[in-house]
Amino acid sequence: MAHDFINGMPTGVGKPFWLLAELTYRCPLQCSYCSNPLDLKNTGPELTTDEWIRVFEQGRKMGAAQLGFSGGEPLLRQDLEILIREARRMGYYTNLITSGLGMDGRRVADFHAAGLDHIQVSFQASSEELNNRLAGSHKAFAQKLAMAKEVKAQGYPMVLNFVIHRDNIGEIDKIIELSIELQADFVELAIAQYYGWAFINREHLLPTREQLQKAEAITNEYRARLNGNGPKLIFVTPDYYEERPKACMNGWGNIFLTVAPDGTALPCHSARELPIDFPNVRDHSLEDIWYRSTGFNHFRGYEWMKEPCRSCDEKQKDFGGCRCQAFKLTGDANNADPVCGKSEHHHKIVQARTEADQLAVGGDAATPLLARNVHNQEAALAIIARSR
Amino acid sequence: MVSPEQIPAVSRVYRLQWEESQQSFVLLYPEGMVQLNGSAGEIMAQVDGVKSVADVIAALEAKFPEAGDLSADILEFLEIARDKHWITIS
Ligand code: SF4
Ligand code: SF4
Repeated sequence: MAHDFINGMPTGVGKPFWLLAELTYRCPLQCSYCSNPLDLKNTGPELTTDEWIRVFEQGRKMGAAQLGFSGGEPLLRQDLEILIREARRMGYYTNLITSGLGMDGRRVADFHAAGLDHIQVSFQASSEELNNRLAGSHKAFAQKLAMAKEVKAQGYPMVLNFVIHRDNIGEIDKIIELSIELQADFVELAIAQYYGWAFINREHLLPTREQLQKAEAITNEYRARLNGNGPKLIFVTPDYYEERPKACMNGWGNIFLTVAPDGTALPCHSARELPIDFPNVRDHSLEDIWYRSTGFNHFRGYEWMKEPCRSCDEKQKDFGGCRCQAFKLTGDANNADPVCGKSEHHHKIVQARTEADQLAVGGDAATPLLARNVHNQEAALAIIARSR
Repeated sequence: MVSPEQIPAVSRVYRLQWEESQQSFVLLYPEGMVQLNGSAGEIMAQVDGVKSVADVIAALEAKFPEAGDLSADILEFLEIARDKHWITIS
């Protein structure tokens, strides 16, 4: 959850405060909103235990304080406990971001002993039937419930993450109820963002403006009712209904550094989709990568900008928005994020909203819904090729 | 109100730590961080779930004798910290 990771931080520090370790792309689930790259097969071998530990050491020396273990499903790494222990020893605040599949009470306890600070469990929905259909697994929900209870029982702060989209937005009240019941500390109600698999499935995911407003109103009602007790509800709105883009990652190469399973270092977890070469931690030190690589320097500052951003007085606020979104929707990563009303490509966003309205009243989707798995990879890549 | 015999503790959700690279105490929590200024960091560093508020005040006054009576400032900070859920007070 990237909601307020700079809370209290001076901006413009330019240290990789947040290190995200994507330990593997392997995953037992097949979420259609997954932001992993479409090309799940053709990446290099995963980093070894020692290689990860070296990355953590280098990051910590550079000022990284938060370390996220994610994926894919990080529990599939048998060395996860070792990685947690080493990272915690270095002084990181360690976050495990998991679907809960592959966990049991024993492992939760082992992680605790290793010093794990926090576990975020993702859910697809609040009901068994819908959750399992969205996750593409018939036993996911029961397992997730059991694990959430275990996480709580063992004294971890618990964040529940729900990716919200058209198929589950109508049950947001039940989702919040479930979170209260499970005694979550934080609940992220994150409207899907359209990267990776979520982008090719966007038609099936993007809610309508009306659905969105209703969901936000319900969330606000619960906030008022909870009145500071119970979970803190974090509603993450999708930029598709905005007229100005988000300040993506708080600026390119500013506080956030992702390392992909094969060691590719990225300024955000979607950057792999850009036509830019990114360095690998196997070949370079993190310091070289962060301060001196062309990949990380590519969109720092304002020199790279085109109009309308270049002469825009809001560029310090949003840095022109998301580079990946600009590239995916306009074909040029130097363009303004088309979410911006000043972008000449803004009609693409408006069109997506119109499509959402049409589908909500029973229209047909132009593309099939594709579960995130290697079998669908070819079909997914073909959709991308057509969209350019 | 916070009273002298009460015992403050850092909330379960937060972890207090000295950050060398920032030369300050920080509160770390799920995917976030609060950087504390000098005096806030000194007070939080005394909060251990054992010492009472009166003990915390005494410890800090002993550590900074030139600062004089610190009780009002410390009480005020502890109330803010409690409202922000950084600490619990029992
Ligand atoms: S979003 Fe779903 S499929 Fe993708 S990594 Fe997470 S759990 Fe696995
Ligand atoms: S034109 Fe560019 S800099 Fe200006 S608001 Fe739009 S995206 Fe931001």
